Amino acid sequence: MNAVTDTAPRATATAPRGMTGPIRQASSAAAPLSPGGGTGESLNARPHGQTREHILRFLTWAGAALAIGALLYIVAFILIRGVPYLKPSLFAWEYTSDNVSLMPALVSTIVLTVLSLVIALPLGVPAAIWLAEYAPRGSRLVSLVRMMSDTLAGIPSIVYGLFGLLFFVGWLGWGFSVLAGAATLAIMILPLTMRSTEEALRAVPDGWREAAFGLGAGRLRTTFRVVLPAAMPGILAGVILAVGRIVGETAALIYTAGTVAQVPGSPMESARTLSVHMYALSSEGLHLGEGYATAVVLLVVVIGINAVSAAIAKRITR
Amino acid sequence: MSPAHESTDVLTETSTWTWRLVKERGMGLLFAFTALVSIAAVALICVFLVGGSLPAFSEIGLFAFLTGTDWSPSDVPPTFGILPMIVGSLYITAGAIVVGVPVGLLAAVFLARSCPPRLYRIVKPGVDLLAGIPSVVYGFFGMAAIVPLFDNSMLAASVLLGIMILPTIVALAESALRAVPESYYEGALALGSGHYRAVYSVLLPAARSGVLAAIVLGVGRAIGETMAVIMVAGNQARMPDSIFDGVRTLTANIVLEMGYAADLHRQALIATGVVLLVFILLINLSFSALVRKAR
Repeated sequence: MNAVTDTAPRATATAPRGMTGPIRQASSAAAPLSPGGGTGESLNARPHGQTREHILRFLTWAGAALAIGALLYIVAFILIRGVPYLKPSLFAWEYTSDNVSLMPALVSTIVLTVLSLVIALPLGVPAAIWLAEYAPRGSRLVSLVRMMSDTLAGIPSIVYGLFGLLFFVGWLGWGFSVLAGAATLAIMILPLTMRSTEEALRAVPDGWREAAFGLGAGRLRTTFRVVLPAAMPGILAGVILAVGRIVGETAALIYTAGTVAQVPGSPMESARTLSVHMYALSSEGLHLGEGYATAVVLLVVVIGINAVSAAIAKRITR
Repeated sequence: MSPAHESTDVLTETSTWTWRLVKERGMGLLFAFTALVSIAAVALICVFLVGGSLPAFSEIGLFAFLTGTDWSPSDVPPTFGILPMIVGSLYITAGAIVVGVPVGLLAAVFLARSCPPRLYRIVKPGVDLLAGIPSVVYGFFGMAAIVPLFDNSMLAASVLLGIMILPTIVALAESALRAVPESYYEGALALGSGHYRAVYSVLLPAARSGVLAAIVLGVGRAIGETMAVIMVAGNQARMPDSIFDGVRTLTANIVLEMGYAADLHRQALIATGVVLLVFILLINLSFSALVRKAR
């Protein structure tokens, strides 16, 4: 009895206390090998089972504590190392080798993020609309598109970086530039945008579409006037998630957007984002403290972005 | 059309209808066209990576490239063998699994089955948020907190990667556990099992496809990880003798040398990327097979 109920908040909800007792008794009594031979007294004291439950409970809680503790430790570690270096000089407009300001990297990050979205959204959102609203059921093309976007989602960022270097930087002749970096990242976030948009569209009840058709609206008008507005929060949550990925990306940018530490004058100039800036500081090894301060800024930005996305997503599901 | 338009003459009526039809069809085609972009992207990536690496494969020889243990691009003549990097990637990934999976599964069981609701409301979003920590940030943490313990080594990289894949494994394994019908648990209890015994010997085996999928996704993340590994693994391009040796992964090889590589060296690095891509595609295939099985 104890072993069943003491550790299981769910057990009380799903299996009424009154039920578990007699059933246990019966099964225990039916098994002649169980310790105590099935006499009434021994039911509350099954040392073997009790110990196992205790050990498993300890392991579960310890594993959870270790996992959550490790992740919290990382955040605390970065904050403790980085916050003392957060000085106004770190936000100077100009980067110099003495004052490794993160401001140019911050500006480049924003520019690159906007540019990536400008490229990725006009491709990803209509593609999702096609998948969710237009594509015939069971079409081979749909499964092919879905397979390819799953493949894209699994490709590691360094491979995107290599591709960007070969295609945008080299073959198209854009050189190390914000545009080449943004185009590379746009392909990288395309599957994420498509997936979240499609899910948001599918979450809109069919009754809304039928009502719109019934009022004489075509598929296009229904999509743009009824389905898209209703799906907007879900799409937004996906976009914000994509922004988080862009801001945290390094490997795909080093050989596409380059590592110049100044505010770019045009999209054809090279620039480094905050993540690349951090990596550059770590490989130079001279300004590690400023590197940690940059990590704090990056961490706050990324976790903030993801929190906003999660909050929006949560509001939809309600 | 709506009754309000009844007064308009027949000509404009038909032309609006035609226009509307053209617009509907045209936009449908346009949407379908954008859906093709992802197919085009995969094709372009394959064409450019394979095209860029073909000279390396033909000049070095596929077998010599894959099984050569010596990577000395600046020697005269240079040798390009990526076996140390393949081994490095596999070892570090295996290490990350050894570190991350047991802890991750325990944490997933905790979240799915033992967490008090009040705690869950804090912990669950927290773990989700931590999934978004950029890899450079992990790298900085690893440099200062793990490297002093284990040096720049395979072990350090494995521990760091093990932590990095935790949020992925926890989230996916938790949802796999939640997908198991509640009657399995109730049945186990009815047969006299304790709570934890029911979870570990009934629910976990029942969720094994989903749990395995979580692990495979973790493997994919670990093998493709670049920046954090570079910052803690030591990056020596030679066969490791022990877990305390520095190693270089396939990903690290590309980032470290692409900046100055030319000609055959450059092509060999692109070929490294192709090998990595093949690994990832195999992993993704097994992942989707597992997910299909889990459904």
